[in-house]
Amino acid sequence: MNVLYSGKGALLQPPDMEAFRAWNRAKHGGMVSKLMDEHEAVSRFIKEGDYIGTELYGSVRGPMSITREIVRQRIANLRVIGQSVLELDLLLAAHQVRAMDITYTGLEVYGLSNVLRREVESGRVEQCVEWSNAGITWRLKAAAMGVPFLPTRSMLGSDTLEYSAAKVVEDPFGGGRVCLLPALILDVGIIHVHQSDEFGNARIEGISGFANELARASKRLIISAEEIVPNEVIREQPDRTIIPYFLTDAVVHAPFGSHPGEMCYRYRRDEPLIKEWVEASADEAATAAYLDRYIYQLPDHAAYQELVGRQRLADLWGPYAGGAG
Amino acid sequence: MSNADYNDAELLICTASRLMTDGSTAFIGTGIPMLAASLAQRMHAPNLVAFFEFGGIGAVLEQLPMAVGEWRSFNKAVAATGITDLMETAQRGFVEYGFLGGAQIDAYGNLNTTTIGDHDRPKVRLPGSGGGNDVGSLCWQTIAILRHDRRRFVEKLDFLTTPGYLDGPGAREAAGLPAGTGPYRVVTNLALLGYHPMTRRMMLLATQPGVSVAQVIENTGFELEMAASIAENPAPSEEELDLLRNRVDREKLYI
Repeated sequence: MNVLYSGKGALLQPPDMEAFRAWNRAKHGGMVSKLMDEHEAVSRFIKEGDYIGTELYGSVRGPMSITREIVRQRIANLRVIGQSVLELDLLLAAHQVRAMDITYTGLEVYGLSNVLRREVESGRVEQCVEWSNAGITWRLKAAAMGVPFLPTRSMLGSDTLEYSAAKVVEDPFGGGRVCLLPALILDVGIIHVHQSDEFGNARIEGISGFANELARASKRLIISAEEIVPNEVIREQPDRTIIPYFLTDAVVHAPFGSHPGEMCYRYRRDEPLIKEWVEASADEAATAAYLDRYIYQLPDHAAYQELVGRQRLADLWGPYAGGAG
Repeated sequence: MSNADYNDAELLICTASRLMTDGSTAFIGTGIPMLAASLAQRMHAPNLVAFFEFGGIGAVLEQLPMAVGEWRSFNKAVAATGITDLMETAQRGFVEYGFLGGAQIDAYGNLNTTTIGDHDRPKVRLPGSGGGNDVGSLCWQTIAILRHDRRRFVEKLDFLTTPGYLDGPGAREAAGLPAGTGPYRVVTNLALLGYHPMTRRMMLLATQPGVSVAQVIENTGFELEMAASIAENPAPSEEELDLLRNRVDREKLYI
């Protein structure tokens, strides 16, 4: 196939499909309990320099408790999927990100990410390779399918393509030009879910974002769950399982694990605390103070919940978060 | 009703809302498009099908989502799926309208949401494409909503994040983008604009109430095509403003 055009962005994580197959073959180790605390999950499965991805994003079912633990453990030189509201802000603020496959990193209604600006404009983030939201997810989907790339009709003709690592070819079956997106195999994927059993059979309620794709594109997968349920509960309605156990390496029980983001049908987002980050992140000293107060000075997620306040968290629970209300 | 009776955000929302037709499908992003869709559902388009990129399909927009993935984006919806399903649905041609914003737009409706200045050492690092490039590539018709000034309406973008008509007629198709797609309207606080059918350059269709053609030209950094007759948009009606203030955004999150 004749390559008509190549984006000049770096392929931050070149996919090796044979190695991925071999990895997955060796990984399937049976239904054993993977329950552990967040300290163990992060220290065992995330290493300096790893390529990681979080799903969905920090204000909506994002793995915020695990992200805070990554900050607490100061794991450096990470390469990341740059699809984020809040969670990457924390990693960027702590200077832990070296390179990004960026699609959207911002604060939605609150505008630009102050820490993204600081880290990229100063050159501390060394590389930003550009993709669209669908583009990055289709890259994960290619890995999930076990194929080296996927043809798509997005990103064509743009600078987003020029600064990506995608390629353009003529459709060999007689259509027009298509954009080939390289598979993206993550060293570590991190997903926050509503329910999981101890083995890592996991359920998500509401929209599934890109959990299906990210779980299957990850060599190592950390699941944090609002609720740990018995395996029998999973087996009563197996159609609800989005992530089967053999994909999962760690299961962390994390009530309010998405806080200050929301968890649909359970709790709504904590607007004042989101605003607190938006304001703190505008200034470097205030950013450092925020990280200190909410992460470095706390041993774990339980202490975070205590600091935020059990009553405050309980007040977020309820009919606001969708469903019957 | 005089100009002082509504603000720019309300004007943008009402103008965008009127473009949403009943029974059509539309990709909705955070902010003004959400408010416009909610207003349209209450005014003239109860069967407008809202697509939110992370999986919400057909939400009833009784309360305003603060995020494109949050629970209100699939409130009483017909389906809650995921981003690949939504984007592939657009790639198959199901989605008519897409709403876009940006820091810069050029005469061909190309948009920048990535960087101001050089890409590798930017003056301002913006969020990136998000779903913008996909919406601009895959929806049949896109509607951009921006504030109108020379800083935003520029001759040359610092970075072409999302394709409009690229550099003119036939360029989208030559690049491999789906045939028959492209920018449709631009809604601003000064004007409603479209695109010339031959040159594919932005064309002034109507001015907002009290705004002159000269003011629009003055605030645009490139040469505009002119429609044969340029209308004046009707001001937001009392009914629209009442719904907007007391129903759509009763918590005063946006306006």
